[in-house]
Amino acid sequence: MLVTRPLNKILVLLLPLLLSGCAADWGWYVVNPTTKTGMTNLRFLLSGLYYTVSLSLIAILISVFVGLLVALPGLSQKPYLRRINRVYVELVRAIPILVLILWVYYGLPQVTGLSIGVFWAGVIALALSDSAFQAEIFRAGIQSIDKGQYEASHSISLSYTDMMRFVILPQAIKRILPALGNQLVYMLKMSSLVSVIGMQELTRKANELVVSEYRPLEIYTILVLEYLVLILIVSAGVRWLERRMKTDER
Amino acid sequence: MPTASPLIKLDAVSKHFGEFQALKQVSLEVKRGEKVVICGPSGSGKSTLIRCVNRLEAHESGTIVIDGIKLDENPQNMRKIRSKVGMVFQQFNLFPHLTVLENLMLGPVRARKLSADKARETALTYLGRVRIPEQADKYPRQLSGGQQQRVAIARSLCMEPEILLFDEPTSALDPEMINEVLDVMVELADSGMTMICVTHEMGFAKKVADKMIFMDHGEIVEEATPKKFFAAPESQRCQDFLEKILQH
Ligand SMILES: Nc1ncnc2c1ncn2[C@@H]1O[C@H](COP(=O)(O)OP(=O)(O)OP(=O)(O)O)[C@@H](O)[C@H]1O
Ligand SMILES: [Mg+2]
Repeated sequence: MLVTRPLNKILVLLLPLLLSGCAADWGWYVVNPTTKTGMTNLRFLLSGLYYTVSLSLIAILISVFVGLLVALPGLSQKPYLRRINRVYVELVRAIPILVLILWVYYGLPQVTGLSIGVFWAGVIALALSDSAFQAEIFRAGIQSIDKGQYEASHSISLSYTDMMRFVILPQAIKRILPALGNQLVYMLKMSSLVSVIGMQELTRKANELVVSEYRPLEIYTILVLEYLVLILIVSAGVRWLERRMKTDER
Repeated sequence: MPTASPLIKLDAVSKHFGEFQALKQVSLEVKRGEKVVICGPSGSGKSTLIRCVNRLEAHESGTIVIDGIKLDENPQNMRKIRSKVGMVFQQFNLFPHLTVLENLMLGPVRARKLSADKARETALTYLGRVRIPEQADKYPRQLSGGQQQRVAIARSLCMEPEILLFDEPTSALDPEMINEVLDVMVELADSGMTMICVTHEMGFAKKVADKMIFMDHGEIVEEATPKKFFAAPESQRCQDFLEKILQH
């Protein structure tokens, strides 16, 4: 996974920043928490956290759900069902996320007649884009389950839904958990693109502050750190979950 | 009369895997309570034959009728038949993420629609029958192979099947564990269960079989009572095969 000792890594990354921060051309005062403006600026930067996190979490939940729905026909014996899966995956994967965000925000309202806010436009675009990857992850995960598990399920007369729900998916999800964790990390990073349609998440906040303070170096450095900490926390969470699920079986 | 018509009736059943014909016009009748043991060389179609009985493999031609229900594409018939026919696999195929008790309760609760309490009661009864009541809360991987196979047998029994199919249930086991599984199977046979067993355990076959079947190249070559089968098999192929496996 990403790192083994998150704290050590952060220190290693911070060190050159701190050292060069002593040089004259850095102006850390813009985000100096001991001064009033510095504190206000920091608060402003951090206030984007809520949208970055909630957007990513809602989008990943939807994309996992849609991904599973798309993966299932991909596993069917029937060629036309598999084709539906292929077309969806190939099509959605081919669209750059940024393009999808713009299309959903500016284009979709014209098609549907409904206007959607930036937040939900972002959620839909990210979820849609990620669902193609989730579908592939699920398909591979489900295919990795031994065929004996299906046969045993058939032999005790389980319905397809029960077999998936109680036998196949619990085992498949355990196997794809690291991949799902990676997708969440990816999602957190991609959510920064939603700033282009004006969503007040971390990146947008940083951009706005840069415009008023003219200190891009320091402000974007803080932005980098914000994402870094967020993603390290997520990775640690995923690892914890993996460990817990493993010990469940012993 | 239930005994008048056979419980299982296969008539001219054929099955191809691509170009290869795994079953060639196989016909077989099994009466209620009858025990049939099938043997034959590797690749002769033994597994394919019994897997057709609960439609883990779909046959292409011929008919399979089980307890008066015709096995075909109709999913309702298939479900009915699968709830009557249990299967025990060479590789056990227990659900590794569920405890022994959960393995046993899943079918009864989801497919037979029993209450959890009733299903647990049933599970514990059969776990006692296979003589491992104390393992209920363990996970399959914590058990020995012999214990796992007995759990698998109990899992089938929890569905209260009328027929049990065994596909080489002891060939994945260490020698010292074979007997504990065979003992359970003998008891089951004595209790009147209808059984079709693919196995090369000839001691077991002599003890329980009503009918012996020898398969080769997708055909039933020899079908006889155990007495006749072991004393004087008609075909040369069957004689050669028995000589080989009875040598040691
Ligand atoms: N899913 C499949 N796809 C292709 N060929 C298959 C498949 N299943 C079985 N076969 C072939 O059909 C033939 C019969 O297989 P089957 O498993 O019924 O034999 P068997 O008598 O059970 O042998 P063994 O003692 O090795 O288990 C074999 O030649 C096998 O290679
Ligand atoms: Mg076989």
